[in-house]
Amino acid sequence: MSPKNRSPIVEMRSIKKCFLDTVALKSVNFTLYEGEICALLGENGAGKTTLMNVLFGYYACDDGEIYVNGKKVTFSAPRDAIAKGIGMVHQHFALVPSISVLENIVVGIKESKNLFLDMKEAKHKLLDLEKMYGLFVDPDVKVETLSIGEQQKVEILKALYRGAKILILDEPTAVLAPLETKDLFATLRKLTENGNSVIFISHKLYEVMEISDRIVVLRNGEIVAERHKTETNMRELASLMVGGEIDLGKRKNVGFKLINDEIKDVLRVNDLWVMGNRGIEAVKGVTFSVKEGEILGIAGVSGNGQKELAECLFGIRLPEKGEVYLDGLSLAFGNPFFTVMNGMGRIPEDRIDIGLMMDLTVEDNIILEMHAFRPLKNGILLNYDAAHRVSDELIQKFSIKTAGRDALTKTLSGGNLQKIILARVIYRNPRLIVAAQPTRGLDVGAIDFIHDQLITTSKNNNSGILLISEDLDEVFSLSDRIAVMYEGKFMGIVDIENADRETIGLWMSGVKESCA
Amino acid sequence: MDEWGKRIMRMILAKRPPLPYWAQILIPFIAIVVSLCLSSIPIIYAKGDLFKSYFYLFYGALGTRYNFLETCVKSSPLIFTGLAVAFAFRAKFWNIGAEGQLLAGAIVATWIGINVPEMPKFAALALIISAGFVAGGLWALIPALLKTKLKVDDVVSSLLLNYVMWHIMGALLFGPLQQPGSSWPRSPSISELAKYPMLLARSRFHLGIVMAVVAIAIIWFINEKTVLGYRIKSIGANLKAAGFGGIPTTSVIIKTAMISGGLAALAGVGEVCAIHYHLLMDVSPGYGYSGIIIAMLGRLHPLGVGLSAFFFSMIIVGAQTMSRMTGVPVYIADVIQGMSLLIMLVAQLFTEYKIKVISK
Repeated sequence: MSPKNRSPIVEMRSIKKCFLDTVALKSVNFTLYEGEICALLGENGAGKTTLMNVLFGYYACDDGEIYVNGKKVTFSAPRDAIAKGIGMVHQHFALVPSISVLENIVVGIKESKNLFLDMKEAKHKLLDLEKMYGLFVDPDVKVETLSIGEQQKVEILKALYRGAKILILDEPTAVLAPLETKDLFATLRKLTENGNSVIFISHKLYEVMEISDRIVVLRNGEIVAERHKTETNMRELASLMVGGEIDLGKRKNVGFKLINDEIKDVLRVNDLWVMGNRGIEAVKGVTFSVKEGEILGIAGVSGNGQKELAECLFGIRLPEKGEVYLDGLSLAFGNPFFTVMNGMGRIPEDRIDIGLMMDLTVEDNIILEMHAFRPLKNGILLNYDAAHRVSDELIQKFSIKTAGRDALTKTLSGGNLQKIILARVIYRNPRLIVAAQPTRGLDVGAIDFIHDQLITTSKNNNSGILLISEDLDEVFSLSDRIAVMYEGKFMGIVDIENADRETIGLWMSGVKESCA
Repeated sequence: MDEWGKRIMRMILAKRPPLPYWAQILIPFIAIVVSLCLSSIPIIYAKGDLFKSYFYLFYGALGTRYNFLETCVKSSPLIFTGLAVAFAFRAKFWNIGAEGQLLAGAIVATWIGINVPEMPKFAALALIISAGFVAGGLWALIPALLKTKLKVDDVVSSLLLNYVMWHIMGALLFGPLQQPGSSWPRSPSISELAKYPMLLARSRFHLGIVMAVVAIAIIWFINEKTVLGYRIKSIGANLKAAGFGGIPTTSVIIKTAMISGGLAALAGVGEVCAIHYHLLMDVSPGYGYSGIIIAMLGRLHPLGVGLSAFFFSMIIVGAQTMSRMTGVPVYIADVIQGMSLLIMLVAQLFTEYKIKVISK
């Protein structure tokens, strides 16, 4: 079945979308054909979800047109999209745990004539749908008793109940166990057999190759390629997804550090297993070390366990098992103070949520990790004179743009917030810095500054740096070695000289091939 | 119905830039003035002469030496409960249990006050005050442990423990602490040794008032100058970030709760040892709950707590004179108190947000 003998059901023409000063979508043309499964493939931030949120009416596009069944439409809210037969299942489900499946499905539907919902009829309609698509969920059980896979079925049923003919699934397999994934794929096939069309957002190459008819690759807000499944292979898709060759001459980290066994480990992780929030293992037995003066980059699409790994090293998440040695010292898990005391500098991914106290002053945040040590701590007293001195020094040295040390932290921009964290980390001459997504969401100037600081610290202070980033350019630009994390495991570790983007791209998508 | 929805304007709350410091300080005063103005409505409804009523309200509170000192006497327990609540709230430990902690202090003070053996008076007072402080601290430890170890909501647990302590007091006053031969729930009088010294002639101006002022200074010192104060502030601002930064959050919250409970207990100790000289079921007319309003009105700052406690005390003391002279019920004091909290909360909301009108 080639797409040529199918008619387009959705056409998005030259869609543009900006968020403040970042361009999320630059003139994207996307077509969905009737009865097909189309995969949207791309890295984090490539624009997949944004594009679909535009189609679903969550975001209004800045420019461009959308046609459904050949007719031009404008959506100002998801309900307009639903009225045109579009349904979307998000990564995070929008279900009420304490009420039944049926109630979740009918909630929010306006029955124009009746004041009361006819639950009997609704149940009948739901059971018919379940039979038709093989999506069996008991309508009367409470959602909180369902597994994640079953909850996803409820979400799909919810969309179908509202008359969806076009179904958008945002990373649907990210939360599923392998068997549930198989189930989902069977459902998707049944959906298309019944004339529905599916858009499947993913970064997992195996799955994309297995389920989709057509693959659209996005990178940096643009569609870089469209391939029919039979015309392509995983290797090609991986390199399309991550972009062309990297010019190693442009690296910010000039010169490579030769890694050998003689150099001391500042961090050694042995067979570490960490549970994620969803009750499934997020980190599945990783083993690696970071050497003195080395930058080890961990690449990977977010949600593959990097966050849990970082949180475990930070001391705010307990592992299931495994050992971590910080500069030869066995790390006390679940004790952030231990890591602070023993020379780990920590840059958390959620800087606002766990890194900073936004309602307090800049000074209060700068001294957070040093207030328990001399000269700031003086018996039970806090030496505010010393605190003022340190704050002023760091505000100047890191050129933090603020009205002063007494300014409220929430008045600072994102880049300057990150500089506060960086300043308090580097001030203590850490043996190791664990930097999780250190430049996400920042402007170019701040990114450069933070990169320079990390490189300088690794060179001058001989600190080891563990850089966890989903920005592949950043990883290539800074790291001495690159590791790739996929579904909680390391796909491999490679020296920067031997690393090529295609292989890293394949690793990020779960395809294991040795570096050529 | 949809037509309607489209035609009317929508109002939303939008964040506004932080107000300057002087405006932040001004807000409680504006709240007080507005609540006094709004209280005119019930006064008029009660057929009171407005001018006369307010005159006697302030005259009754401040007009004579005795009235002024009575207002100081009334402030003492309010300062302690207000400080207790404010100190805990800074760490976002929602101690609604100051009332129960106050009663714990009162019970222990009574028990020691009755049974205190012969010893120097200062030693007896030191014993009673520290034992009372510890009793309140231990009673506050319960919700703190429940919160930190079992994630039980501190609002609910600290509030409900008030009733538990009230009934414990009832059981004691009908049992081992009951005055022999009496059928009323009251204790025997405490020994002379246990009574707070009176510091000014022809008044009830007692040691507890000085202690309250000293407590304001100590809490200010803890907040502004110590490591503990910094940690409490950090935990209150962002518990996760404080923990991430290496602050031992559990132990800080427990310390905070115990200091808070101890402060509230000192209000109870003072009521027994300086006012009633025995324990009775009505030992506190809800000072613990007033402490919550006072803490909010004082914006959790110890000096602000001192001022708002004094204001509350003025209203309570003055309302009695007003009632005598004009016939307006004394309950007007409760109205003014409640109103000032509500207006304060609304005013606080508008320091951070402004109303934005969107017409569709």
